[in-house]
Amino acid sequence: MADISIAIARKSYPPANAHPERSTIADFNLSIPSGEFVCLFGPSGCGKTTLLNIIAGLDRHFDGEISIGHQRAGAIIGYVFQNPRLLPWRTVRQNIELVLSEKESSPEMVDALLASMQLTQEQHSYPERLSLGMSRRVAIIRAFVINPDLLLMDEPFVSLDGATARQARELVLDLWQQRPHTVLFVTHDLREAITLADRIVFLSAAPMRIIHDLRLPLTRTARTQENNIEAFRSQLLQDYPEIQSLL
Amino acid sequence: MIWQSLALYLNDHRFPRLELVAQAFTQECQTGRLPFHLTATLLRLAASFSIAMLLGCWAGIVLGRRPKLDAFFDNWLMISLNVPALVTIILCYVWFGLTEVAAIFAVVANKLPNVIVTIREGARRLDQDLLDMARCYRLSQYRTFVHIIWPQLLPYLIGATRTGLALIWKIVLLVELLGRSNGMGYQLHLFFQLFDVASLLAYTLAFVAVIQLIELILLKPLDKKSLHWRR
Repeated sequence: MADISIAIARKSYPPANAHPERSTIADFNLSIPSGEFVCLFGPSGCGKTTLLNIIAGLDRHFDGEISIGHQRAGAIIGYVFQNPRLLPWRTVRQNIELVLSEKESSPEMVDALLASMQLTQEQHSYPERLSLGMSRRVAIIRAFVINPDLLLMDEPFVSLDGATARQARELVLDLWQQRPHTVLFVTHDLREAITLADRIVFLSAAPMRIIHDLRLPLTRTARTQENNIEAFRSQLLQDYPEIQSLL
Repeated sequence: MIWQSLALYLNDHRFPRLELVAQAFTQECQTGRLPFHLTATLLRLAASFSIAMLLGCWAGIVLGRRPKLDAFFDNWLMISLNVPALVTIILCYVWFGLTEVAAIFAVVANKLPNVIVTIREGARRLDQDLLDMARCYRLSQYRTFVHIIWPQLLPYLIGATRTGLALIWKIVLLVELLGRSNGMGYQLHLFFQLFDVASLLAYTLAFVAVIQLIELILLKPLDKKSLHWRR
């Protein structure tokens, strides 16, 4: 676990195919204390995925600095991508074990995670045989199993039906409470953000900047009630009408 | 059946009856000539094939992943694809003499561009999302290759092997015919000069049978295995 600070002066895509140069992120500063569950909430296409890719080190073409903990290069990052990105030619279990080095690999831990995500039955299946919800859960295990300093999640429950998504959210919360990691969770579902986060950061459309940074006053137990979440959501939209435009 | 009735009707030694072909086959087997020449050819086939595949894979992956290098070599690759096999063979013999090395080099030179082009296509189409995943999770280069790159290249590799085998054995025969003193090509040339069609057919059938066997025993199961994860 580690404190994280993100400072991006500028990120833009160069002009291509008659599109002019596009600035996606400008003057973006955010710091996250260790162990916090932060939701990034913003409209689609505002640059949230780009931000996660920058933090993960997959995109190095930007002006700015990211630091995770004290070690600048050595941080371990778990990333749940928007698509599960499992290897179709490896079984569920092999997909998870792939990211563990030989000395880290512990069958018991993998077993426990599989059980907690209700995937024990499927551990020897190939990803093509899984439903989307199951594949997403495998990707989540893969991110948790390396015991990351920072966990990035890019809309991991999008396009799941309501019940499946709710169940997956509960499973992730359970897992997170057992092993509190620093989490950066991207979503454009306000109810989801209220259910999960310690803190919600509201983002504008591109070029992305922070509109509002909100710490949630609700206790975790209060949030197990659907109507509490709904009430908080209405209150939030009343207090901060500018959020309305992000929905 | 058609062949046999035609042969009976024509009664010409250029269209030998099947029993004559069989007779030639057993005779050539008994003297040990057929196994000897067949082995010589198969060894050449194996040597040149492995060299071409190894080099081709390496070059194909490099070109597929490095667009600048690829742009530079693309024209050369196209040219080398279109140089007639005969030209390469003659040039090799002229430059390196009528040696075994020259023979194998000539076959490799003919096959290599094909392998490179096929593997390059595979390397270009590697799933960038999975490669990013590997980078983010800090997989070692070895793991990335074994678990992510190799399974994606395998279908292309099998494709290159299939078409390669069909192409390469024809070239091997040509190479032998032009400059070796053993092997199938050499024997066929001999039978051509003697107008011995029965022996010619006997050798051809034996050779085709071996190739079919390789396809059946080696390639088909490999093909199946590479896609076992598909529904």
